[in-house]
Amino acid sequence: MLDQSYYDKADEIIACHTREEHSLIPIIQDIQTAFRYLPPELLTYVAKEIGITEAKAFSVASFYENFSFEPKGKYVIKVCDGTACHVRKSVPILERILSELGLSGEQRTTPDMLFTVETVSCLGACGLAPVVTVNDEVHPSMTPAAATELLKKLREEAANEN
Amino acid sequence: MGFITIDGRKVKFTDEPNILSIIRREGIDLPTLCYHSELSVYGACRLCTVEDNRGRTFASCSEQPRDGMVIYTNTPRLMKYRKMIVQLLLAAHDRDCTTCIKNGDCTLQALARRLGVLDVPFENRKTSYPVDFSSPAIVRNPNKCILCGDCVRVCDNVQNVNAIDFAYRGTEAMVTPAFQKTLAETDCVNCGQCRAVCPTGAISIHTNKTPVWAALNDPNTKVVAQIAPAVRIALGDSLGIPHGENVMGKLVAALHRMGFDEVYDTTVGADLTIMEESREFLERLESGEKLPLFTSCCPGWVTYCENRHPELVQNISTCRSPMQMLGAVIREYFKDPEKNEGKKLVSVAIMPCTAKKGEILRPESRTDGIQDVDYVLTTTELANMIQTAGLKFDLLEAESCDMPFGIGSGAGVIFGNTGGVMEAVLRRLAQTSKRAEIDVIRQSGVRGDGECKELTFDYHGRTVRAAVVNGLRNAEELIQKIESGEETFDIVEVMACRRGCIMGGGQPLGAGPRTKAARAKGLYDADNDIQIKKSDDNPIVTNLYQTLLKGKEHKLLHRNFGEQ
Repeated sequence: MLDQSYYDKADEIIACHTREEHSLIPIIQDIQTAFRYLPPELLTYVAKEIGITEAKAFSVASFYENFSFEPKGKYVIKVCDGTACHVRKSVPILERILSELGLSGEQRTTPDMLFTVETVSCLGACGLAPVVTVNDEVHPSMTPAAATELLKKLREEAANEN
Repeated sequence: MGFITIDGRKVKFTDEPNILSIIRREGIDLPTLCYHSELSVYGACRLCTVEDNRGRTFASCSEQPRDGMVIYTNTPRLMKYRKMIVQLLLAAHDRDCTTCIKNGDCTLQALARRLGVLDVPFENRKTSYPVDFSSPAIVRNPNKCILCGDCVRVCDNVQNVNAIDFAYRGTEAMVTPAFQKTLAETDCVNCGQCRAVCPTGAISIHTNKTPVWAALNDPNTKVVAQIAPAVRIALGDSLGIPHGENVMGKLVAALHRMGFDEVYDTTVGADLTIMEESREFLERLESGEKLPLFTSCCPGWVTYCENRHPELVQNISTCRSPMQMLGAVIREYFKDPEKNEGKKLVSVAIMPCTAKKGEILRPESRTDGIQDVDYVLTTTELANMIQTAGLKFDLLEAESCDMPFGIGSGAGVIFGNTGGVMEAVLRRLAQTSKRAEIDVIRQSGVRGDGECKELTFDYHGRTVRAAVVNGLRNAEELIQKIESGEETFDIVEVMACRRGCIMGGGQPLGAGPRTKAARAKGLYDADNDIQIKKSDDNPIVTNLYQTLLKGKEHKLLHRNFGEQ
């Protein structure tokens, strides 16, 4: 069961849009921005609130890779593996990040909910290749060593916040 | 309006919505997997692709006819394409045809045979999904799905339920309830219309044949069947009898041969329903409360109303459905040790409907804690059981239903058509049983396969407004009008399936416009053959009220929605 505060936030977001079928995507985008993921319960809730069926809402939300039903870490690290980044050796960067975080296979979020690692096909910043973004902040011309350094910095930042 | 040339023949067109319907009208059965005239045009399967005189190819289902068009339906190129489409579909398909529930009844299989597909030159890359047996009515097997979307559209466009939809994308695309839940966890009303349009074995009936066979072969059971009106005019479809023909006599004979001890007619239950529902209606009309009265025969509609319009549940008649009424009466009757001969009663209902499988499991479908009807077999399952038993159906000599529940009125038998329940109510409320009066009712506008029919009639000087609606989306539209105050009615008949039970989700597949019309006519013909036109003229019903039902009318014939 999701905490009531989630539903309150959803209500707040829905109030910024019209209660119509075509508001579905903007609403769930805002929800994903607020919680860094799209809680399935909220998708069902939004569907009901704007008068569409749950199956239809799921059809839309599952179509787009961008929507995630799984909770994501505090830092979402996107490693670009588009053509330009790939030829400039993005794979070793990804491997370094995954091994530093102890992630492998299907598991892409650290158990402490600090990091989520994703690969993307192109961030549109090919001139800066290879590129990594952390919560939409761009880190250009990365190397495995720079990635280790970056993770260290992020960990410190998180520790200081606590 | 104009002319187009199809394969060198010039043909006229008027208001056909697309080229495909002209081609089919001209006797060419262009194959399709995603086209149904009552659904929105989807254009996904591409099997109906035709070629014009400029060498362009396009899907004929989604192209409007234009005067002077020249169309070819069978060029070498088209034949190659069509075969390739089927091969590609089969490449990602569970091809265990011999052990598939749709074996022999499958559009994809028939198409592969028709187009001469003898090999599939692609690797089978289908991932394996679990089969969903959660619903008592329907089995969903995603491994056999070809993503034609027919079920999605019928569930949404026609039934307004939308329990299933497409999800994910590309090679991972599938048809599923939200979050891959099971069907039982959705708003599915069990109507089975998805199964009726599914061209493969992806959606099928949740069968109960095995326990019925077991009961039939158990010497310590008394197996009793009741047959719904709409079964008799559709069963023949699967057994080589002309479509729409009433095969009740042969059907009873087949059941006797298979070992059913007693075979009754659900029409008796329909007559009881009319007696109770008419009385309830007059009471409500008198008091002015809980109007309009909605009929309660259709479990698909009842479930839909509970899910979407809980505020209207109190307006639904408290009458049990005909199947449940007769089921309760049968169980009461066989309580007598002389009648049951010390054996355990197994009550089987043969129905055109998948939702009935869910209805028997509902809490209010029990009397004194005992489930009234043990199993529901659909027309399709029964046809298969007759084949399993090796009975040559066309050679069987007709037999009649067993007494004391073997005679129904004409009013009861037309229950299977949309408008049938309303017509039966009108007959019950009529002053006399005279032929002239029955004829007037017949022509009052209650008949026909219209989506929503409205009629008014006079009852003791009071004008009564009635509506007959079929298809749940049509019902939804009517409810919106009622709730907004745009329209007022006193009584509303709702059937979840378009055209009523004759097109129920458990009926034989592949019914086109002619079969639909033949089935409706078949039931009205059956009515014509019966001397008793009104439920209250049925001596069995009158007798039941004086004997078995005395003091137990409410217990055996009514239910209380929402109280369980």
